[in-house]
Amino acid sequence: MSFDIGLTLLVLAVAAWTIAARETFVAVVGFVAYGLLLAFVWVRLAAPDVALTEAALGSGLTGGLLIGASSRLRRSQSPAAEEAPGVVLKAAAAVLSILVSAGLAAIVLLLPDPAPTLAPQAAASIAATGLGNPVTAVLMAYRAIDTLLEIVVLLLALVGIWSLAADRDWGGRPDRRVSTDPVSVLTFVAQLLVPVGILVGIHIFWVGSVAPGGEFQGATTLAAMWILASMAGLVDAPAVTRRWLRLVLVIGPAVFLAIGLAGFALAGAFLAYPESHAKLLILIIEIPVTLAIAATLALLVAGPPERAQR
Amino acid sequence: MSLVLNVLSVLAVCAGAFFFLAGTVGLLRFHDPLCRLHALTKADNIGLGLVVIGLLFRAASPLTALKHVGVWLLVLLAGATVTQLIAHIARPSGPRA
Repeated sequence: MSFDIGLTLLVLAVAAWTIAARETFVAVVGFVAYGLLLAFVWVRLAAPDVALTEAALGSGLTGGLLIGASSRLRRSQSPAAEEAPGVVLKAAAAVLSILVSAGLAAIVLLLPDPAPTLAPQAAASIAATGLGNPVTAVLMAYRAIDTLLEIVVLLLALVGIWSLAADRDWGGRPDRRVSTDPVSVLTFVAQLLVPVGILVGIHIFWVGSVAPGGEFQGATTLAAMWILASMAGLVDAPAVTRRWLRLVLVIGPAVFLAIGLAGFALAGAFLAYPESHAKLLILIIEIPVTLAIAATLALLVAGPPERAQR
Repeated sequence: MSLVLNVLSVLAVCAGAFFFLAGTVGLLRFHDPLCRLHALTKADNIGLGLVVIGLLFRAASPLTALKHVGVWLLVLLAGATVTQLIAHIARPSGPRA
């Protein structure tokens, strides 16, 4: 109990520190620490699936994106300071944030006790999906439409980032700061860690059907390994117009959508699976989806194309 | 037998916690970035190693024990790498060109 109270106070303190930090980079460091602590909170709440996702996506990958953004912003930080919002705007933002927080707190506190839950129904029907992990059953069967839309949103985010490219660079490669030192520590660790990390990523994806894990967590691990290899200069980002790259990005949502539409014929509804083949169909969806998410996340971090194709 | 294992486990985890405490104090008190990194890696390497040894006495199966050791080895690798990279930039003569 006292551990949980201490953890909660720590999360609140790090959150406040992140908001109060003056420098963007310091705030990003605070945000990453906050995400890792939040993953601990989810573990304490017996939600290891959410904890894995928070640690991998919420803290790790988003942290990487924000570090990239803060280093790009560094040059424009001092001129931008003059355009900082005034007291009135800051106060308005604070009031709005407090109202939203108070609304959320009220909703949580006013829930009837025990809180309404669909967990018994989810557990009762899990045999029909052939899965052993109820979280994966929710993501891939009961609420597959949400997962499909999440993947499409990721793809749209990548389209948004790519659209920031200058005209002359379009069709080129994303600019990564590549290490040119072939014997650096980073090269060594990338050579050693990437095979291990790929194995871990596939494992996390594969155990998702019976244990905490799944395609988003596994794909994030795979994406992180690609980012590590590219930072070490072992691989170069592909040109964004490459056909195979576009194929990998699109095939996940495409297979998902195709099987979803086939559900009309096979089971009478969009994204419905015939009971006898539910697990096989879910697996057929999950493999390309994992690849597509991994590629999308890695390219989100790589950023818009900045080197024209030669 | 289980009492002996429990005592060994508690001793090892406590020793690990001591290294974490010492590493944190070092991180806060040392003045030189390289010294601070040194203190931090001691917590990561020996502290976590002792905690893992303590948990090995209580591991449910050999596979779990192997996973614990795997986690420790990965943290060793990551910690050593990151320390090298930070030290490379933080050393007084500046980063090597």
